[in-house]
Amino acid sequence: MFQSTELNRRNHSVQKLVSILFGVVTCLLIVPVLTIMTVLVYKGGPNISFEFLFSAPTNGMTAGGIFPALLGTILLVVVALIFSVPLGVATAVYLSEYASDTWLTRLINLAIINLAGVPSIVHALFGLGAFVIFAGFGTSILAASLTLGIMTLPVVIVATRESLQAVPPEFRMACWGMGATRWQTIRKVVLPNAMSGILTGVILEVSRTAGETAPIMFTGAAFFLPFLPQGILDQTMAMSLHLFVVSTQVPGVPETLPYSVALVLVSMVLIMNAASIILRAYVRGQKKW
Amino acid sequence: MVEAAIELLVQDLTIRYDNDIALRVDKLEIRKNEIFGIIGPAGSGKTSFLNAINRMDEFNDSMNVQGSINFGGLEVGNVKNVYALRKKIGVVFPLPVGLPLSIYENVALSPRLSGIKDKTKLDEIVERCLIRAALWEEVKDRLHQLGSLLSGGQQQRLTIARALSQEPKLLLLDEFSIAVDPVTTMRIEDVLKELKKEMTVVLVTNLVQQVRRLSERTAFFLNGELVEVGETEDFFTGVVEDQRTRDYVEGRFG
Repeated sequence: MFQSTELNRRNHSVQKLVSILFGVVTCLLIVPVLTIMTVLVYKGGPNISFEFLFSAPTNGMTAGGIFPALLGTILLVVVALIFSVPLGVATAVYLSEYASDTWLTRLINLAIINLAGVPSIVHALFGLGAFVIFAGFGTSILAASLTLGIMTLPVVIVATRESLQAVPPEFRMACWGMGATRWQTIRKVVLPNAMSGILTGVILEVSRTAGETAPIMFTGAAFFLPFLPQGILDQTMAMSLHLFVVSTQVPGVPETLPYSVALVLVSMVLIMNAASIILRAYVRGQKKW
Repeated sequence: MVEAAIELLVQDLTIRYDNDIALRVDKLEIRKNEIFGIIGPAGSGKTSFLNAINRMDEFNDSMNVQGSINFGGLEVGNVKNVYALRKKIGVVFPLPVGLPLSIYENVALSPRLSGIKDKTKLDEIVERCLIRAALWEEVKDRLHQLGSLLSGGQQQRLTIARALSQEPKLLLLDEFSIAVDPVTTMRIEDVLKELKKEMTVVLVTNLVQQVRRLSERTAFFLNGELVEVGETEDFFTGVVEDQRTRDYVEGRFG
């Protein structure tokens, strides 16, 4: 009664083939990541020391450390976050919780999607025009961070909006039904439960902001600075631009130096991601439904 | 028998979603301190009726309510402070909604929203509401656990406790027993019999026997139409006018 027919056997072998094939493809995806990390650690790892991290470049950037660039990248990311997280979350809350489905909100949604698709070099030129020249910030951390902030805004908005919409509508109905205003509902129930998703958006933003080069090239990142920035209206060095410079623009750089810079940059992103993921898991663990 | 005071008077009510009529009611009276049953198959307009009473149409752009709903002498449609109106109306949904807050905060939320900050006062409200919802004994030692992790039946009683914390005059129950086991259903029904001494209860249900156990008077909705209103017992003794009501109650359809 349960003897397999020709069709059963064929279905079975097709299913086996598909599972193996897709499994192999999945494994292949890890290869580039592993290769990159292996090469970086192998070539750049031995060079990394406390001194490398915390001293300035010397000898026309062919020796010394990377501290100004490291600090610069952290500053750029932090200022960009201060600008884009509140703005992005507010926009997402409005779109998800207040706005009704009209042509205007559709237009705004379309604009957000398009903003995400604009090439970073275009953002760079926009930042140059709007912040450096028009707003008069000059080439500065402020101008560069605002440019980065605008560029990563769609990531925050989309991630926040999706996590808000993942909060079951029944919770809102229950709150409204007991006479809560929309804002009370958002503050007491919706936002706390969307927190882990919002953090995901911020994680993505941090990773992207730290690695971007084009948007900061014209707006605030310097080729080389003999001193650290004193405020957000100063220029700064940045890891991504520094990597580009030591790889292609300066003669006589030892072969391992760019690898070390790249390793530090990648590690920064990985560490920030890991920290945010742990934070997110913690927040998620606090709230359950 | 003296004619009881009327708590809710509905006249010429029409509820539409875009251009589709969901419910039309010419006249419906719900008396003070009674349990009023509403029966009818899915899609008959029962839930829309409840949503119209506490002005939930605000949250649904396509929903449109016309006509008159008079609650305790006030025209619901003209109320400016809808938040105060909704506070006077407790709602219990078909699927239990334990908010992802602690058990305590679930019940304390509404008092907090209306500005009560005093801890002893809140403690007292939480305890009183949980006792009245027949949940206190089961949760009194773990008030700070998440309400959303309780079992379905417990969450539904938590929802009732939350509704009671609003000190409502009117309690709307929308098929509360759909996700609740029979024993819990019986306990909640006992709770409702107590509650009607203090408030008016509108009980929407699919279970014909439930209205027989609980309500004095019942309305039968079908396909967006109020077919019949009458003493509940009449529905079961065949003293109803409409053949469709008789068929539904006797289980010939629905």
